[in-house]
Amino acid sequence: MNALTLVSVSKSFPSAEGRVEVLRGVSLTVPQGSAHALTGESGSGKSTLLHIAAGLELADAGRVLIGESDLTAADEAGRAALRRGQVGLIFQQFNLIPSLTVAANLGFQARLAARHDAGFITHLAERLGVADLMTRYPEQLSGGQQQRVAIGRCLAARPALVLADEPTGALDEATGDRVLDLMLDLTAETGAALLLVTHSPRLAARCGTRHHLRAGQLEQAP
Amino acid sequence: MPDRRTWVTFFQAGGRFASARLAALLCVLSLSMPVQLSAQGFAGLGTDAEGFAIPERGRALSFPEDHGPHPEYRIEWWYLTATLTSEDGQDYGVQWTLFRSALAPREAEGWDSPQVWMGHAGLTTATEHFAAERFARGGVGQAGVTTHPFRAHIDDWHMTSRAGPGEDELDRLEVHARGADFHYTLEFTAEGPLVFQGDQGYSVKSPEGQASYYYSQPFYTVTGTLHLPDGPVEVSGQGWLDREWSSQPLSDDQQGWDWVSLSFDDGYRMMGFQLRGRETFTAGTWITPEGTPNPLPDGALQFTPLAETRINGRVVPTSWQIDWPEGGLSITTEPLNPKAWMDLSVSYWEGPLRFSGSHSGRGYLEMTGY
Amino acid sequence: MIRATLSALLSHWVRNKLQLAMLLAGLALATALWSGVQALNTEARSAYATAEALLSEGETARLEHRSGQVSLSDFLTLRQAGWLVSPILEGRLTLGEARVTLIGIEPLTAPPGAGPALAAEDLSRFFAGHGFAHPQTLREIGPHTPDLQSSEAVPVGTVLVDIGTAQRLLETDQLSALTLGQTQPEGLRPLETLTPDLRLIPPGEGAELAGLTDSFHLNLTAFGLLAFAVGLFIVHSAVGLAFEQRRAMFRTLRALGLPLRHLTACLAAELLVFALVAGTIGLVLGYALATLLMPDVALTLRGLYGAPVPGALAFNPLWALAGLAMALGGTALAGAQALWRLWRLPLLAPAQPRAWAHASARGLRLQTGLAAALALLAMFLALRGTGLVAGFTLLAAVLLAAALTVPLVLTVLLRLAERAARGPLTEWFWADSRQNLPRLSLALMALMLALAANIGVGTMVASFRATFIDWLDLRLVAEVNVMPRSAEEASALRAFLTPRTEGILPMQRVDAQLASQPAQIYAMKDHATFRDNWPLIDPVPGVWDRLAAGEGVLVNEQLYRRAGLLAGDMLDIPQAGSLPVLGAYPDYGNPLAQAVLALPLFNEVWPETPIRQFAVRTDNATELIAALQDDFGLSPAQITDQAQAKEISLAIFERTFLITRALNVLTLSVAALALFAALVTLAGMRLAQLAPLWALGLTPRQLAGLELTRALVLGALTMLLALPVGLMLAQVLLAVINVQAFGWRLPMQIFPDDWARLGLWAALAILAAASLPALRLWRHGPAQLLRVFAAER
Repeated sequence: MNALTLVSVSKSFPSAEGRVEVLRGVSLTVPQGSAHALTGESGSGKSTLLHIAAGLELADAGRVLIGESDLTAADEAGRAALRRGQVGLIFQQFNLIPSLTVAANLGFQARLAARHDAGFITHLAERLGVADLMTRYPEQLSGGQQQRVAIGRCLAARPALVLADEPTGALDEATGDRVLDLMLDLTAETGAALLLVTHSPRLAARCGTRHHLRAGQLEQAP
Repeated sequence: MPDRRTWVTFFQAGGRFASARLAALLCVLSLSMPVQLSAQGFAGLGTDAEGFAIPERGRALSFPEDHGPHPEYRIEWWYLTATLTSEDGQDYGVQWTLFRSALAPREAEGWDSPQVWMGHAGLTTATEHFAAERFARGGVGQAGVTTHPFRAHIDDWHMTSRAGPGEDELDRLEVHARGADFHYTLEFTAEGPLVFQGDQGYSVKSPEGQASYYYSQPFYTVTGTLHLPDGPVEVSGQGWLDREWSSQPLSDDQQGWDWVSLSFDDGYRMMGFQLRGRETFTAGTWITPEGTPNPLPDGALQFTPLAETRINGRVVPTSWQIDWPEGGLSITTEPLNPKAWMDLSVSYWEGPLRFSGSHSGRGYLEMTGY
Repeated sequence: MIRATLSALLSHWVRNKLQLAMLLAGLALATALWSGVQALNTEARSAYATAEALLSEGETARLEHRSGQVSLSDFLTLRQAGWLVSPILEGRLTLGEARVTLIGIEPLTAPPGAGPALAAEDLSRFFAGHGFAHPQTLREIGPHTPDLQSSEAVPVGTVLVDIGTAQRLLETDQLSALTLGQTQPEGLRPLETLTPDLRLIPPGEGAELAGLTDSFHLNLTAFGLLAFAVGLFIVHSAVGLAFEQRRAMFRTLRALGLPLRHLTACLAAELLVFALVAGTIGLVLGYALATLLMPDVALTLRGLYGAPVPGALAFNPLWALAGLAMALGGTALAGAQALWRLWRLPLLAPAQPRAWAHASARGLRLQTGLAAALALLAMFLALRGTGLVAGFTLLAAVLLAAALTVPLVLTVLLRLAERAARGPLTEWFWADSRQNLPRLSLALMALMLALAANIGVGTMVASFRATFIDWLDLRLVAEVNVMPRSAEEASALRAFLTPRTEGILPMQRVDAQLASQPAQIYAMKDHATFRDNWPLIDPVPGVWDRLAAGEGVLVNEQLYRRAGLLAGDMLDIPQAGSLPVLGAYPDYGNPLAQAVLALPLFNEVWPETPIRQFAVRTDNATELIAALQDDFGLSPAQITDQAQAKEISLAIFERTFLITRALNVLTLSVAALALFAALVTLAGMRLAQLAPLWALGLTPRQLAGLELTRALVLGALTMLLALPVGLMLAQVLLAVINVQAFGWRLPMQIFPDDWARLGLWAALAILAAASLPALRLWRHGPAQLLRVFAAER
């Protein structure tokens, strides 16, 4: 079964030179438990594709399925519910809720999705190396720590699909690699499918399947 | 217990604040009023006489009635001057005047009276000149003139008859006035009869025929005490009373007058004046020691200014040559104090003088309209 | 360079028009309220100045008789002794449609000063009955005033006429007083021997309009300042936000080589321009506001203190300059922090969100310390302070201390709520509210101040009103009051009334000094009317019997408090000797000290004091009034019935507090605007905080609802805090300010209905303030939130 299915998704934006077609009938499937990477130049539309996959943005045409649920047919509330229950999102930054402690952040989505499991969260925190930081607030963490918490927060809710948009983009290479390793290990561990958006072929190489977005269409990565 | 006002109008302040307002308001008219009066000043004397009585030639004056006020005429005065000398030989001059000015030709009891009274007092020494004034409304008793017994007063200033039986009311007078820093009390005793000026008391003031009733008592001897800031001074000398009333004494173009009363060493007296206008109008009376008047027609007297004095921003001729060619009179006058300016709401020059030349003696000079 | 910098800086405002509007509106409103209040003060003060300048210029002492009447013969006696005195007659009179103070003077003897100039021809018109009045008085009197001439030199509400005219209109042949010219001749007989019955009132006494009305103006100024401070909160938050948002731009500009001095100067210049524009708008608004309120202020001042204040406003350039200066100063104050931060900003400051929690914790400690200090000061003042200024300082200390503790108390409350919360969303809700509190605390403090002021002043006014109505009912117990014009009419009236009524209470009064205060002494007939109805403070046992026996006096509360009397203390009564104080009675609305003696004792000490009024008890007032008019021939002006008196009293009362209420509403509106500004400001900054929640599966609608709820909850908490503060304020107003300013103390009464109403209004104001940001979040949420993520690279 596929965790994410995109069928002929198109998206265009207005710009000074008329409408720019960012996505031209992109189709993609991410089967359960697999790890896919999506690469592309800056502005190639890979973030837009991810936003559409998460229901943060709407496609002009085409369909998006999360598991078997049709995201494109849902309204704002339906899309939010799907995100809440099925999808974990990890961005480059702004992942954490500044007014909550690390512990509260970790448990937040799981509680929203009614899948709170204190033992699992402790396990995740230990795996992620943030167990000592539980009472801190996000602003008191380093960038790497913040991203690790974001991964934990995302996985604690046991999503079927993890969508990550340059999760290590704001980190130095060594830290980024460690964070990415953790993310890959843990998604595999929890059985979640992963779609990782990155501009780095080096990082993309660590995923089982790679896609490259060029001129609004997918091509098999080199 | 609040009074009714407090009961009725909550928060209404009591009388104290009302009184504060009141005190503030008091001033409302004050100085501005006399200043306005002075603007009217002597020019007002020439305004038209509608409603007011006008002097008529040939009306015989009768006493003591005519010593008293004539409210049907616009203006009137009781005007005393005295040239005095102290025991140590210092010269002094004293003026005491009560003016009456009517806003309407009638008198009424109480505050309704349209009669306005003004008192002027002057005291001149060789180096100083004191002046004071008082104002009052007629009708309430603050100022006025009664004929029998004769008394003219404003506030505490008065000119009171001390005449015995058979004497004219004005034969003996006690005169008192007080300013901020001086006061005087003098006894005036007449040594001769009343003298009618002009034509039996009908005194013409212009070629157009403006006239007033005018009589004098030029034969007073005076004794008394002057109270000056330096202390009291016993004085004696001669005095002169002028009584005059009219409704239109000046014609429109006349700006003012120069007036003298002269007492000659040989017992003669003379009153003379010139009215300055488009043409100068002069008149005078030569008075024998027995009191026989000899009116001097227009043009008989000549007034020639000899020296001028700058005082209060005005230039006033304070020394004169006076000629009466037909009478063989040619004298020059010398003021005791050239700065004898009456700096009051109505201002003018008034002071004692000595004269010499063909004749010599003492007198008083009054100059208005400068 | 400067031009390029400025255009870069100003481009921010073009893109953030709402922010610009808030900044300008905040400053304009602050300036408007402040300068409006100042315009009222200036106008009133210049009116007193007119009155007092005249007074001090004239420096006129007065001679009065204790009966309030001076005879013409006294005047003549003194004039003939050489004293320069001038008569005055004063009275109240209905002219046309207005009740005026009639003042009769004698222009020929009046001492020098300023005023309407009388030309010679005017003098005869003046003698003939033509008077002077302020143009406004003329309008109030109406069209039927052919004999009055307009003059700005006459205080409002006063008609100036000749003494003779005044005597005719007031139907008397007496005078009120004689004024004594400033310089008198030397060597006069002393006044005491000439007129032993007359009392010399030295100049300057009674010229205390400014002193008396100080409390009123202080009150207005306090309100103005409060509103101004609230307005500055708005400016502060708008300026702060604009600086925050332009940090990147500042960095870029400096990286491009723009010297820091230039940048700071440009920003200061930008603020200056805003201050000038907003200040000017504020002045226009303030002038309009003052024009609107002036008639009520004038009525209040006239009613409360008898101060002659015109109802129209004159434009005063100095006032405008002062208002602009205030706007500039306020902007400098509000912008100083931002400019300082810019000055200290490292060239490449990290672009991380600020560590609010840290900064605010420090700020909170500082605020709490300050609040504690202020609370101590307030306690000290409450225990030891005397005087009106101390009273108002106490008020300010209480308010400020309370305002400063708002963030602390709210933080504690929110933390408690957070602990009690179950579920991730509620937890987040409380935690987030607490974290954002520092950004909102200024606005919430402003709201608390406005609400507390509303509750405090409202409680004071309502308590006063309730007490006053009760008191009026007791005081206005006589069904009919009749004023005789003369002693003859008084005895005729007594004979006429005796068979027709239940009781006749004559009213006699003399003026005197009591405990070195100007005072009035009244005679009181022993009658059930007083025994049954007069509420007494601190009476001795058997007070009424002892009073009737002439064994003591009653004093009014004003005298009682000002002189610090206690029951049993001896009080010196001129000519009557020393008598014990038997008790005090409330006497609201009277600025003077008062004492009451038994009628027999009074008549023994001051025989032949004229009877000013009869209070008449009757079963049938209508019939009695008809009989008095038809059979006895009294004019209607001489008769007042109870209902009429009560009606007038209450009408004046209501007007007196109209302005207070208006200012209250305005202050609350400004506070709502401040909250709005803060919320709008916050909304922009909160997108990054809300975006993760959206990503986690909350809809924008939910988020907007939560934002609205948060504002309401914070508002409700603030209202709860404002309640005790407001009551404390009311207590200070009633027990301290009123006693100091007026001399009476009022019991506080509680009006929960008013609070509910105020709470409702506050909720509406908060909803109005919070709904725009919430609506924007709901409508444009996704696009805006997405930008947070999309803009991350």
